[in-house]
Amino acid sequence: MLTLILFLLPLISGIFLVWNKSAGLAKTTTVLVSLAQLALFIYIGSVFYKDAAALEFSRSWLSDFKVSFHLGLDGLSFLMTGLTVVISGLILLATKDLNYGNISRLLGLILITEAALIGVFAAKDGFLFYFFFELALVPVYLMANLWGGEGISKITLKMFIYTVFGSLFMLVTFVVLYLFAQTSELSELAKVSAILKPGLNNLLFWGFLIAFAIKSPLFPFHGWLPDAYSKSPTPATMLLSGLLSKMGIYGILRILVPLAPAGTAHFSGLVIYFAIVGLIYGSIIAIQQFHIKRLIAYSSFAHMGLMGAAALTLSASGVQGAAFQMVAHGFSAVGLFYVAKIIYDKTGSRSLADLGGMSQKAPKLAVLFLVILLGSVGLPLTNGFVGEFLMLRAVFDFQHILGIVAVSSIILGAVYLLRLYQKTMFGPVTSFTENIEDIGTKELVVLVPIALVIIITGVFPNCLLELSSGFADTLSLIK
Amino acid sequence: MTLSLLITLIPLIPFAGFLINGLGFRNIPKSLVPLIGTGASFLSFLCVFFTYLQFNGDPVIVKLFDWITVGSLNIGFTFQIDQLSLIMLFVITGVGTLIHGYSAGYMSHDSGFGKFFAYLNLFLFSMIILVLGGNYLMMFIGWEGVGLCSYLLIGFWNKNTNYADAARKAFIMNRVGDLGFLIGIFLIISTFGTVEYGAVFSKATSFPVGDAMITAITLALFVGAMGKSAQIPLFTWLPDAMAGPTPVSALIHAATMVTSGIYMIVRSNVLYTLSPFTLEVVAWVGLATALLGAVIGLFQNDIKKVLAYSTVSQLGYMFIGLGVMAYSSGLFHVITHAFFKALLFLGAGSVIHAMSDDQDIRNMGGLWGKIKITAVTFLVGTIAISGIPPFAGFFSKDEILAHTFEHNKLMWILAVAGSFLTAFYMFRLFFVTFTGKFRGTHEQEHHLHESPSSMTLPLIVLAALSVIGGFLGMPVVFHAPHYLNDFLSPIYEGSRTVQEGFGHVHLSHSTEWILMGVSVGVAAIAIFLSYTIYGKGGSVPEADQEVSGLKKVIYDKFYIDELYNAVFVQPMMRFSSWLHSAMDNRVIGGLIRTVSGGVAETSNLLRRIQTGNIGTYVWLITLGVIIFLGFSVGTEVWTSLKSISK
Repeated sequence: MLTLILFLLPLISGIFLVWNKSAGLAKTTTVLVSLAQLALFIYIGSVFYKDAAALEFSRSWLSDFKVSFHLGLDGLSFLMTGLTVVISGLILLATKDLNYGNISRLLGLILITEAALIGVFAAKDGFLFYFFFELALVPVYLMANLWGGEGISKITLKMFIYTVFGSLFMLVTFVVLYLFAQTSELSELAKVSAILKPGLNNLLFWGFLIAFAIKSPLFPFHGWLPDAYSKSPTPATMLLSGLLSKMGIYGILRILVPLAPAGTAHFSGLVIYFAIVGLIYGSIIAIQQFHIKRLIAYSSFAHMGLMGAAALTLSASGVQGAAFQMVAHGFSAVGLFYVAKIIYDKTGSRSLADLGGMSQKAPKLAVLFLVILLGSVGLPLTNGFVGEFLMLRAVFDFQHILGIVAVSSIILGAVYLLRLYQKTMFGPVTSFTENIEDIGTKELVVLVPIALVIIITGVFPNCLLELSSGFADTLSLIK
Repeated sequence: MTLSLLITLIPLIPFAGFLINGLGFRNIPKSLVPLIGTGASFLSFLCVFFTYLQFNGDPVIVKLFDWITVGSLNIGFTFQIDQLSLIMLFVITGVGTLIHGYSAGYMSHDSGFGKFFAYLNLFLFSMIILVLGGNYLMMFIGWEGVGLCSYLLIGFWNKNTNYADAARKAFIMNRVGDLGFLIGIFLIISTFGTVEYGAVFSKATSFPVGDAMITAITLALFVGAMGKSAQIPLFTWLPDAMAGPTPVSALIHAATMVTSGIYMIVRSNVLYTLSPFTLEVVAWVGLATALLGAVIGLFQNDIKKVLAYSTVSQLGYMFIGLGVMAYSSGLFHVITHAFFKALLFLGAGSVIHAMSDDQDIRNMGGLWGKIKITAVTFLVGTIAISGIPPFAGFFSKDEILAHTFEHNKLMWILAVAGSFLTAFYMFRLFFVTFTGKFRGTHEQEHHLHESPSSMTLPLIVLAALSVIGGFLGMPVVFHAPHYLNDFLSPIYEGSRTVQEGFGHVHLSHSTEWILMGVSVGVAAIAIFLSYTIYGKGGSVPEADQEVSGLKKVIYDKFYIDELYNAVFVQPMMRFSSWLHSAMDNRVIGGLIRTVSGGVAETSNLLRRIQTGNIGTYVWLITLGVIIFLGFSVGTEVWTSLKSISK
């Protein structure tokens, strides 16, 4: 029941805010709901550690098809749900003070996204998973269209085509499995899938993979990403990079591997190679970007590649590393895009060519930006290091040469991220940056928690790692 | 106080200093800032000292908590105190404290005073973690931590784009090395199943000498050492790193951080002893670096650049020592070098201070009488690095040379040639700077002054250490105890197990006397030569445009930076642009454009149907319903088909 409330609270308040017009009421509601969600999640945590089964919720939904509304939390779901609650809260907190028209509707859409994501991460039924997986994009799509700049409709259309394309594959795959199992309960689907012919299992693998590879995205399915990330309004970008991209990796772990084990065994190697190509490819492109959001977009894409590759190694190090990195990257990506937005609002430019010297004018911003950036660089004692270390080790164990190629991304990451930092914060001030002021409380309440999480989970990663260890064990059995 | 608390305090105090100065530097009075910074460093030194008093010879391991646990791998947040970490800690916190004190004077006019001390303390914390950590991943924390601090401090005056570039270059080149280090760690995990020193080294003793996996591990780790300790081919960041304030050059880029690579190899001595091939590589890379650094140092005219290349060169000597399995000698040179090179850098800082921030030795001259303390202490440092007994550098360098002679005669000849160059260019630096006539502007001359006592006091202490530091380890022929070797002996337990006769010198006393005589003689000739040209001769290096021929090639550092730029940087930039425009925009982007071209018409159609934005929503819902209906109808049809077929 608690899980259901965690899902319903943002959904209902979100729908309310979409219809509501008053900005003041919207902001108050947002803060209250975020805090309530956090408190509720902490309470759920206390229950979770005693008896996770108590958090299950199941009702018959489409009884004719034996589809049930089945939510529940295991370690991995708990981790991802927690990420969703906290990151959504931070995005809401950041957005409510940003200069957008029709703010109530915007906040409402974010809340609906949050609800859908909680649904995705807690769903124990295949159809329910699919439903939420699709639902999550709708509000983000609307946000991009309604608040995006020039030419956004073309970009969102592109994103939409990609996504629908992937989703159709996933839907068909679910239907096929459903026909064999006569239920859409994930645990039952896994049992059926295990006894299917390998040939069919291979098809299931590709059916699921395309959907998740597009969502993450993994190379070469990322054609929609650079424009969508850089042209969407920042709240939508933060949602996409911080949370929605994680649905892809989560889907690989939760759906793809358990439901297509034979296919995974057969093809995962190939996908790992492609994902690592994406890691290097994205990193190299990021080196020469001048548009801040585009640079972060490619960086984010590169990071997703490593997560995808590591998850598919199915080793404890890879799976737990990917799970950990989903959290780490969630925070650093949202932090970086938020900083990009702050810089834009202060200077009116997103081009590295225009900026410089901001650390003299805005030292607080410079420090917090640095911490978030170092998390993304993967410096030890930030959470980015723990994730990257485990994932790179997994890829290295999978294949040494490929591992060395993957490790070279730590050099490329330093190249483009330090360039980003230097061109904005260091050097002489420019006409764009000479009159800016430092950040104030409303930015600090978002950036300081992000910076603290980056450091604390980097020093004490085990508190998150142990959540995914049970799940990693079950996956390694499949291997 | 319990020992484990004491050990924990060693890194914790500088970290607290960092937090206090870093978070509160706007509110802390300026007089208090250096007190907190230097105090933290000194307290940390005291903790090291008291730890040493309680240390009984057996390694002390303090596990604070489990850091990363995944599968069967459990990496602890552990500290390890043993002979090696104690020695390093003494050098780091001791020299560190002196340099903190010096900075109080040197940086007093800088607006970022508090920030500077915060960074210095953060550096100290990272460096302490590097040597105090009880496993390879802890070392890696410190390893990258010092890299970050180095980045922040080189780019301390980052308004200047060149300085910021130098900082970035240092970080990125170090990351190239870190790639090797990480791969080394991965291999260690897959080979030994752990990264804790004790377990790794005891398991390693069961491997045969020349084992391929051990060779791979040691080579990978050495790549890390090349980056951090500025060896060929990853050395070009260090001369550029001189963009940082001079105390930074002394502390990070001479005395401590750059010696991390040597520490790493001495720490892993069992592994290296198991791999003669890697040792050979280490020795030759060290030798090549020692010579290259010395040759480039011959013609540099920036006082800090000369010292930077000399550091590159001296680090090379340390690696030669390691490569010929004289681990303690390499470490011995780390210690004495920390004294005299810190002294030289701080002295250079004092000169630069006196010269109103001019670093070009061609504008100096005749400073001997003007800044007496600086000049005398600088001379002490110069003698020490040149290898004249009984100054510190002589003993450590002589030990390395003696072991090299035993290992490979050719290597020894080249190494001695390098020490000839060292003595020559160091005395060139000294004579051009301090003797002859003053060549700077009137304004500079008017401004010439000795530095405040906060700066000269560290110079005097370091000069004293540069004189007596060598007595830590006297040559065998002197029949005096070699304190350092005796103290360090336990950490080579593993090496002794895997290699019979480890640590025994087979040179006869007469050979040793001859070797010593040769190296002193060579140095004396070099100094004499330098004196005739630059001292008595009074010649001054020519202006930049007059340099030509081979000399210009050397003066321009063999164009190695330009080479790297042309071979690595530019192609990567072009490749990046090409990938973006040709691949990503056209191919990957085009992939969908063909599809979306077809859809574009539909979309236009749809856009016309849409009445405002809510329309999109309706459209989406409709689509969802269609998918959903299609799903349910399809299933129904399918089930009925199935029932019919039955």
